Amino acid sequence: MFANNPFDALSALISTDVMQMYIIVMAILVAGGTILDMMHKKSAQYFFENAEKAKANAKRTVSTGEKISLAVSTVASEVITSSEFCNTKRRISHLLTMYGFILFVASTALMIFGNKAEILPQLWHIGAIMLCVGGYWFWFFIRVDVNSEGAKWYKLVRADIFIVSLFTTATFALIWSYLQSKGGVVGDMGSTTLFFALFIVSNTTLFASVLWSKFAHMFFKPAAAFQKKTTVADGSRENLPGDFDLASAEVQAKFPDIPEYMGKNPEYMGHGIRREPPNHY
Amino acid sequence: MPTFVYMTRCDGCGQCVDICPSDIMHIDKTLRRAYNLEPNMCWECYSCVKACPHHAIDVRGYADFAPLGSSVRVHRDEEKGTIAWRIKFRNGKKDMELLAPITTKPWGSCIPKLANESAPDDSMRNSHLLFNEPKYIQLDKDGKDSLHTLESNGLEIKEGVYY
Repeated sequence: MFANNPFDALSALISTDVMQMYIIVMAILVAGGTILDMMHKKSAQYFFENAEKAKANAKRTVSTGEKISLAVSTVASEVITSSEFCNTKRRISHLLTMYGFILFVASTALMIFGNKAEILPQLWHIGAIMLCVGGYWFWFFIRVDVNSEGAKWYKLVRADIFIVSLFTTATFALIWSYLQSKGGVVGDMGSTTLFFALFIVSNTTLFASVLWSKFAHMFFKPAAAFQKKTTVADGSRENLPGDFDLASAEVQAKFPDIPEYMGKNPEYMGHGIRREPPNHY
Repeated sequence: MPTFVYMTRCDGCGQCVDICPSDIMHIDKTLRRAYNLEPNMCWECYSCVKACPHHAIDVRGYADFAPLGSSVRVHRDEEKGTIAWRIKFRNGKKDMELLAPITTKPWGSCIPKLANESAPDDSMRNSHLLFNEPKYIQLDKDGKDSLHTLESNGLEIKEGVYY
């Protein structure tokens, strides 16, 4: 199963041209949905206005070189390792779904556009499994509605379009691939056809619902992380207080309560309210 | 003025949902980000503002402690045991910072071991004091470690309004 390219057998029924056209349509839907989403929520306008506000409050000018290094560190930290998540389980689940999705989508596109590399079917299956592990873990346990709001796992809201279509796509893809490896044929009006149809429906929902789902977060989240870093670098800090070094004589002179109540070298206090997960519903 | 959430900062972690004493911070059904469900029931306690690890929640300050339109932002640092406030006036001419301790001992290190205490006797049960109260608030101790009272400071309550 893992070594089989599931689209090879499918090409007997559906021509490669149709499959390639489907991939292109999905890419157009994502691009169009993201642009419509930006226009509808005015997110780009918000970012530019916020950037102007930060510029007005800036205490120093950030050079182009610094901006490039901030962009690189945003990619290396927030994008590649999802470092923005304060919850380790959410971060691991996000990394699994993110890299699973990239492997799954990239290998699908490469296989359909004729790349015959032997590793691609394996990457396709590994990607789908990673998507399932991260997606189901998130859906049943980590999702904030379940974890902090006390909602039941089966309660569906519009915010679930993205995650549900994501893990159902991967699940139906794996089942379809398994049935096909056992001799099933798409078009035989049996379970192979059913799961292939479910795979296509889930996949189309995932890419066609960008305007209504949170799919576009993969574009605006890195931009928000970069903007946050820029405000720290230019000193505006979104009007947040500074990050004080409690052992510094200057800080202690400015805030005498610190040495009086905490001593000259305040100790490490631990995680405070973060010692318990936020699930006291 | 009630709390509001910067959607691009929120990652939907649920800390504000968990801590809100009015149970009005909830998760948006479209974007899975936090929002104030019932702004008119928000009493601006700042619990969610302090608990948010991403500083994604903001409150417009009351005019009784900062002029209208000023920015009032806070950073509660659990690991340092401090809270920092910054109040910046609308015209930018005043920009004030405050840093204060919120604990002097590591979190959770000073929880009374009530299970190890002996059970209260009848005199304690019939007393108006709470279990072990004199011991914990040190009313029975003289000297610098004891609790400050009007009496220990040589003061007394006077009737009426006085300055």
